Amino acid sequence: MATEAAHGGEEGGLVFHPMDQFIVKPLFGGEGVHWYTITNATLWMALTVLAIVALMVLGTSGRNRIPSRMQSVAEMAYGFIYKMVEDVAGKDAIRFFPYIFTLFMFIVTANLLGLVPTAFTVTSHFAATILLALSVFLTVTVLGFVLHGKQFLGLFWVSSAPLAVRPLLALIEVISYFVRPVSHSIRLAGNMMAGHAVIKVFAGFAAIAAVSPISIVAIAGMYGLELLVAFIQAYVFTILTCVYLKDALHPAH
Amino acid sequence: MEGDIAELGKYIGVGLTAIGMGGAAMGVGNVAGNFLSGALRNPSAAASQTATLFIGMAFAEALGIFSFLVALLLMFAV
Amino acid sequence: MATTTHEAAGHAADAAAAAPGMPQLDFSTWGNQIFWLIVTLVVIYLILSRVALPRVGSVLADRAGAIANDIAAAEDLKQKAKEAEAAYDKALADARVEAANIVAATKAEIQADLAEATARADAEISAKVAEGEKAIAEIRAGALEAAEVVAKDAAAEIVAAFGFTAAPDAIDSAVTEKLKG
Repeated sequence: MATEAAHGGEEGGLVFHPMDQFIVKPLFGGEGVHWYTITNATLWMALTVLAIVALMVLGTSGRNRIPSRMQSVAEMAYGFIYKMVEDVAGKDAIRFFPYIFTLFMFIVTANLLGLVPTAFTVTSHFAATILLALSVFLTVTVLGFVLHGKQFLGLFWVSSAPLAVRPLLALIEVISYFVRPVSHSIRLAGNMMAGHAVIKVFAGFAAIAAVSPISIVAIAGMYGLELLVAFIQAYVFTILTCVYLKDALHPAH
Repeated sequence: MEGDIAELGKYIGVGLTAIGMGGAAMGVGNVAGNFLSGALRNPSAAASQTATLFIGMAFAEALGIFSFLVALLLMFAV
Repeated sequence: MATTTHEAAGHAADAAAAAPGMPQLDFSTWGNQIFWLIVTLVVIYLILSRVALPRVGSVLADRAGAIANDIAAAEDLKQKAKEAEAAYDKALADARVEAANIVAATKAEIQADLAEATARADAEISAKVAEGEKAIAEIRAGALEAAEVVAKDAAAEIVAAFGFTAAPDAIDSAVTEKLKG
């Protein structure tokens, strides 16, 4: 609230506040953001849950042999992720299918809902994506050690390389292993944030009458690109989860 | 004055990290282009390799995202 | 270093007020987001794994089963159609053989009838011919006899015309002699 008031003071000329859309603020007033406060982030997370329930539960409530439109979308999502888990992570990863499907559905729905004008994009916040990426990272690491014990460390010891370069490779492998959650989370949040910020910047240019048609066309174009990016980033997040899961299940290099 | 110079350096640094984006662009373009040329030679094998394509693109893109991260840290955290 | 601390302090102070910086790095909201995100994910996971995924899986399995059944049924029907076709072919071949048999039998019968009829006709014809021949022979014999009588009468008349009288026996014998001649 205070931020908007501050911006309101410096009116006149071009004003860009591309990052304002990401501000987390309490929905029902109140001072500060506590861990239990209902914020706009909470609202859009709840809407995400509702959208997923509408698609996956209400959409399939007919259990039709010949699917309705909603049901075929739900079945398509199911088949898409099932096949991805099976192909990328292997047949024994099927027991993690509900977990991976949850991640995919949450990310893709939150991304797409974030594209609704004036919406808040849950997945554009590092807090959210780091939690998602860390949950994958911890699952994979714990699973690897539980299933394979010390052998899981063989993931870092490239036995096919000459002995002399193995320590160096091991160092690189360890670094890249620990960089995984960072790149995993920053990629998603960064893509979401950048796209939304760019749209906002173009929207700022629309204030100048001479440029506004161009900026509106540019917004439309960016919006189409963002729809694609919203899906692709969810896909990439999910497929990388599958790849990491495969490492935990079959650590042999 | 001292703070202004630090500010200046910060923004120059942020601008320099944008070069990293070019590297990521080249990397992703390379992956996609090579995939396309391979796919046109053997279209029947292309469908089975789209997952690999996206994984490769994600890894190439990850390094561009690190430059983005450095830019963010410079801008807002340093 | 002093700058850094100053910046950090400034950041903390006007995190809410100024700093059109990054709301993402405003750590005061992280606890809130993480808490609600965990709630969200758990809710989604429970809904999906308890309700949605088994349902979709069962629908897909049901459809796959139905398709497999239909394909099996179609295969069955195809097999039946093939059998029916084979039966039909067999019936056709049987009918053809039977027809050929009937044709042959009928032909033989007709042949036999024909032969019989021909034989009867032949016999009738030969009987008629024999009768005719007999009649002709009778007529011939009758004519011969008549000629002899006429000849004898004529000879007696001729003799009488010449003014002679002759014994009828003599004339008879003479004429018979001549005719035999």
